[in-house]
Parts: sequence; C-alpha cells; structure tokens
Amino acid sequence: MLYAILCYASEDVVSSWSKAQDDEVMANLINVQDKYAKAGRLGPVARLLPTTAATTLRKVKGESVVIDGPFAETKEQFLGFYTLECADLDEAVEFARELSEVNPSGGSYEIRPVSVFNPTKVVV
Amino acid sequence: MTELAWISSAISAARPQAMGALLRYFRDLDTAEEAFQDACLRALKNWPQNGPPRDPAAWLIFVGRNSGIDAVRKRAKQAPMPEEDQISDLEDAESDIAERLDGAHYRDDILRLLFICCHPDLPATQQIAVALRIVSGLTVKQIARAFLVGESAMEQRITRAKARIADAGVPFETPGAAERSERLAAVAAMVYLIFNEGYSTNSGEAPARAPLCEEAIRLARLLLRLFQTEPEIMGLTALLLLQHARAPARFDADGEIVLLEDQDRSLWSRKMIDEGLALVDKALRHRKPGPYQVQAAIAALHARAEKAEDTDWVEIDLLYGLLEQMQPSPVITLNRAVAVSKIRGPEAALAMIEPLEERLSGYFHFFGLKGGLLMQLDRGEEARVAFDRAIALANTAAEAAHIRMHIDRLMKDGAVRVPAKKAN
Repeated sequence: MLYAILCYASEDVVSSWSKAQDDEVMANLINVQDKYAKAGRLGPVARLLPTTAATTLRKVKGESVVIDGPFAETKEQFLGFYTLECADLDEAVEFARELSEVNPSGGSYEIRPVSVFNPTKVVV
Repeated sequence: MTELAWISSAISAARPQAMGALLRYFRDLDTAEEAFQDACLRALKNWPQNGPPRDPAAWLIFVGRNSGIDAVRKRAKQAPMPEEDQISDLEDAESDIAERLDGAHYRDDILRLLFICCHPDLPATQQIAVALRIVSGLTVKQIARAFLVGESAMEQRITRAKARIADAGVPFETPGAAERSERLAAVAAMVYLIFNEGYSTNSGEAPARAPLCEEAIRLARLLLRLFQTEPEIMGLTALLLLQHARAPARFDADGEIVLLEDQDRSLWSRKMIDEGLALVDKALRHRKPGPYQVQAAIAALHARAEKAEDTDWVEIDLLYGLLEQMQPSPVITLNRAVAVSKIRGPEAALAMIEPLEERLSGYFHFFGLKGGLLMQLDRGEEARVAFDRAIALANTAAEAAHIRMHIDRLMKDGAVRVPAKKAN
C-alpha cells in the first residue's frame, strides 16, 4: 500500500527560522528520506511555499469562485492532490476549475506553488 | 534544534499577536510589555516541563493578562487613587479566551500594535526602531547594531519614541474600513522603510543589517496573512523577497558593489524568488495595480532574466511609466532613464534626466547615472565632473569606491586629461 504522509506545522514558527536553522532541519529530514529512497520505497516529496502564496477555488452555489489565501474550512477533509507544471497561476486555476466542473462533490481546491520538489520514484 | 531554540522561535512567532492583545487589554504599552515579558519567563519555566502548548499565542495572552492584572492591582493598592480605567475589561477577565482569539480580533490587534509605531510625529528611524523593539521583539543591542549606533544611544531613542507614543494615546476603538485601510498603508510604508534601512548598506555592515531585511519580510508576510486579499500587501511582500534574494550577489569578495547587470545570478536565492514571483502572479490577477505591485513586477522581470542581456527593458520602461503616473517623483524618472538607456541609448536617457538635475542635486545616484551615460557617449570630461559630484554625495564607502572605479577606467582610457585626486 502506498501511503501519503502530510506535514502540518506552525508557519509562524517555521518562517521565523534563520536560514542556518532551516538548512539544518532540511538536512536532517533528507537524511531520514535517503534511507527509504535507497530502498526504492520513497515517492515524490514536495515542500510548499507559504500559505500567503495560496489561492483557493471553491464552489459557491454551483459557481467556481477564486479567493486569496489557503483553504480554511474545517468541515471538509483533505482527500487528494495533484501537481501540475504551469506557466502562471491562471493556468493552475484553470486546471482546478476543470476538475471542479466534473467533480460533483462541490469541494474546494487549494492552489499552492511548490517550493522544493524531489520526484523520487517508488521502484518496489 | 534545541528545546530552547524551539521555545524562542515559538515565542517570537507568537509575539505580535500576544502583544497586540495585551495592548488592547491594558491600553498602555509599558504594562503590555511587562505582562508579555512575565508570560515569557513563565513559558521558559513551564513549557519544558509540560510540553509546548497547542496555541502558544493564546497561552502567552492568557498568562500575560493575568500577570498584568495582578501588577495593575498592586500598583492601585500602592497609589492613593485606584486606576481602574487602566484595565479595559476586568469584569470578564475570567471568561473563555477562545472567543477573543478569532481572526478579526487579532487582525486589528496586530495592526494597532504596528500602527502606533507609525506615529507621524516620530522620525522614520524612530518609528522603525520602536517597531523592531515592540513588535519584533529584537533586543536594544540587536537594534543598535543594525543601526550602527551605540546601545545607550539606541536605548534613549527608543525610550523617547515610546514616551511620544504614550502621550499620543493608543487608538483603542476597532477601526472602520476606511481607517483600517489607512492604517494598513501607513504600516506597509513602515515595513518598507525597515527593509530599506537594512538594504542600503556597505558590504562590511551587511551582516549586521541583514536582520532588518529579514524582519521586514517577516512583518510583510504577517500583514499578508492578516489581509489575504490586499494586492498591495502581496506586492510589498513580493518586492522585499525579490530584492532580498539578490543580497548574496550584491558585493564582491573585496566588498565592492556589484551592479545588477554584473551580478552572479546563480547566487540569488531561488527560494525567495519563487515566493516573490508567485505573489506577483497572485496580485496581478486582481487587476488593481498599486506602487508596490508595480515595483515588485519590475523586480520580477529582473529575477526572471537568467542573464542580464535577457532583461525585458521595454516592459520595465512601461512599468516605470506607470509608477511615474501613480507617484510622480524625480527618482522614479531617474530609474526609468536606466531602462530608456538600454532601449533607446544613452543620449535619450541623458535628455530625460537633465531636467531633474536641480531637484536631485543632492542625490548620489543622479550623478552616478549621469556620469555613466556621459561616459558611454565618450564625453569623458563631463563624465568626470558628474562622478566627482557623485563621490561627494556617496552614502557609503562602497558607493564611493564604485564611482572611483569608473574614474579610474576613464583615466586609463585617456578620456580625461586631469589626473583624479583621491576623494575620501
């Protein structure tokens, strides 16, 4: 079974780290990942830009509405994610809109630029 | 990371929100600061034993408020007259704090905290110093080092500024929409000032002053989280990130200024550029341009160019034109002239800046650019005169050294007859 592991932390705290602190944390995290990557078990890894860079597309009375900021509701749950190469935010919003049109759940799509992407492939 | 480092970053991250709420309770900066300090001391004792609280800001506000109330009560007992009006809401001190921490409340709290630092009677440097002390929680020593002054001088400056703020009174009422947007504009301008204070620097001083730039970025991000739909705050944050991304390439190993077009672009911080570009992109979708967005868009065009030759000067010229309309200023026209010189040549640029000479007669960059354009036009003697003026007006040793390099080149090329005398 392939598992997704989602990371949650206080952005206030993480963004107050100095570059040296941030580098140290990243190096330690990569150390842990390496072990699993060598065994061929690690899939793609991404670090996202802060939520200040986020945009959210949601359905309001059947209409897709784009709003600034991250997805902030607690009534819905995190169900899945996509990554897409885009020339600009408009293209990303367009993709989310297309998804949203064929998705009867009426859920929301948070659009976040990816800061670090490591496209490791699972080989086992 | 050690436990102490974790606690200290949690406290510093929670500080604006906690200080903002305590200021709302006590309506007095000193009382709020003391209460916050006290809460921090207790956190240092309590958190290692009991583990970090789920919401550090709420914890600090709750503990700080109780300690502040105790302090005010004690003082009231010692003083002949009770000072109950110092506390805005003693009656509901026991009520659940969760409802007080909803988004709208703390947004205005933080904005108020920043806004009182922007008191119009305070000179810009004092506004910045006091904001760094109160909002960011930098020590007086750290601020003094960043401003390159002695600690006691900085202590005095901050004490005086705080007295001024106390006299003016804290604007306690929840602001209306128009007032909120005025406050936000004043606060954004102050954040930009903090950044510039850190950015205009000599290479030797750069490490001491870099915290100012980092702090400005942290405050801009904070504002953006509070005002997520304001394109100008997106623009401001992007502008600061895109400029600061170039910091590692701005000086060479000898501490000499490296001009944008000569910088080693591989040294630029990709991470900051990515974030800056994403924010510009997001702001532009609003189609509500403002000065910060336009400046960020200009910085974005530089950041997008992999080599200096790839720079889209035509677009930069257009953006400066837009900025001139938004906030006419000879300095903006001067910047636009750089773009014009790349598109239409030095002659056109020179014609554009000559009318500015009277208004920019005390401005280093005017004479630096004028000299550079004259040099390109092979008018060596006139270039030399402009460069001499520039050196006399240089703000930093690195600026002066940079101009001297041009003069040396002029002399080497035999473009000037008189040997340059060393300016200081």
